[in-house]
Amino acid sequence: MARYFTDEHEWIEVDGDSATVGITDYAQGQLGDIVFVELPAAGTALSKGGDAAVVESVKAASDVYAPIAGEVTEGNSALEDDPALVNTAPEGDGWFFRMTIADASQLDGLMDEAAYKAFCDSL
Amino acid sequence: MLSGLLMSEETEFEEPETGTLPLDAWHRGKRARMVEFAGYWMPIQYEGIVAEHEWTRTSAGLFDVSHMGQLLLSGPDLDAAVETVLPIDLSTLKLGMQRYSLLLDEDGGVLDDLMVSRWADCLYLVVNGATKWDDIGHLRESLPDDITLNHLDEQALLALQGPRAVDALARHAKGDTPLCELTFMKFGHYTIAGHAVTIARAGYTGEDGFEISLPGKAAAEIADLLCGEPEVKPIGLGARDSLRLEAGLPLYGHDLSPETSPIEAGLVFGINKRRRTAGGYPGAARINREIVDGTARRWVGLKLEGRLPAREGAEVFVGDARVGVVTSGGFSPTLGAPIAMAYVASEHAGTGSALEILVRSKRLAATVVPTPFVPHRYHRGK
Repeated sequence: MARYFTDEHEWIEVDGDSATVGITDYAQGQLGDIVFVELPAAGTALSKGGDAAVVESVKAASDVYAPIAGEVTEGNSALEDDPALVNTAPEGDGWFFRMTIADASQLDGLMDEAAYKAFCDSL
Repeated sequence: MLSGLLMSEETEFEEPETGTLPLDAWHRGKRARMVEFAGYWMPIQYEGIVAEHEWTRTSAGLFDVSHMGQLLLSGPDLDAAVETVLPIDLSTLKLGMQRYSLLLDEDGGVLDDLMVSRWADCLYLVVNGATKWDDIGHLRESLPDDITLNHLDEQALLALQGPRAVDALARHAKGDTPLCELTFMKFGHYTIAGHAVTIARAGYTGEDGFEISLPGKAAAEIADLLCGEPEVKPIGLGARDSLRLEAGLPLYGHDLSPETSPIEAGLVFGINKRRRTAGGYPGAARINREIVDGTARRWVGLKLEGRLPAREGAEVFVGDARVGVVTSGGFSPTLGAPIAMAYVASEHAGTGSALEILVRSKRLAATVVPTPFVPHRYHRGK
């Protein structure tokens, strides 16, 4: 399994021909206390860089974008009851949705963990 | 994805350069996240909005509100002059009292909301930070030339808010009137660590608390003293906003503007009784008519079903009819539910009225509820 990162602070973990998407620890720290996550329904077609989800913190709503194109297969239902999972386990149990991979070559433009860490350090 | 995060912090008034306030380095030393607000760098949060919100509700929070404008008015026939500008009755504002008032335009629209205090030989005003330059211009233009307006721009302003604020502040504030005898909307002159300060028992959180006007040069020393007390932590603008929303208090530029009248906003108490019949202030004709006849829309509290908050600008519906718009909205940490304030057509503004709020493509069920959402706990004395 390989994990990639976007410059919009999403992560995507690839497992065979499907992937899991969430937001990074850096992102949750910037957003603060998360009170609601609006997830895409299974079957939703996503385009690379297009709107995929909305995360609501106490202060504001922020868009979450699809790192690559594909189709949503499952949203993380645990976030309905406990959206704070995104704060406590952003890169684990606080994942947002799972999706198919329409074009694996789109992963090539994303960052690996070391590159993403350097990117955050530069902000 | 972080671009929308600070949208409600952006000032609507263009200032040439972002200013710094006396506690700028102090906040950064406390690892505050700084944002631009009202033309200044200000702390939006330290450890997190919800933790800071809850700390203020249960203990005491220290807020830096030095961006606000502190003004002194003095001169001959001061009361009569000020009553031509504000709908206040200064004959009932005695020494040591503070009162909420409104700066209105000729049509009765709200230019700002403010506090007025009676000092020994002058009136002390606290106005909003984002509007202070316009307010100063408006007051200078509207008041007679022999009234002096002194902008206290070297003063800082701190608010200490919460049920244990009195315990922490009483250990440091020395004055003729013991702090515990100061009741809500009263003020007095005190010293803290030898520095002359004025302390008003007032605030913007719904809790008991104080607003302390102090020399900017002493701000860091006094902030350190207060935060050295076990009850006190520094609190950012984020929690200030969620606290005032729970308290049902309007935020200028969002809930109040030149397009809103104070009667629509439920601020009739800001039009003092004598002025409601006598008039003689800007916008009096419209406002005194609205006091008698009512208004077509009213500013009301809404409680939402579910957990998805509705934000400023969200439209309110009954069936297909658009009946209002949200002016402030967010998630209430105390209630664990989303709450909002909205202007709603009066026929749908009664308590219990069932409405829907459009958020993105969803219609959220909402009910008109009395405000404050969280009861005020002001210290009004016996």
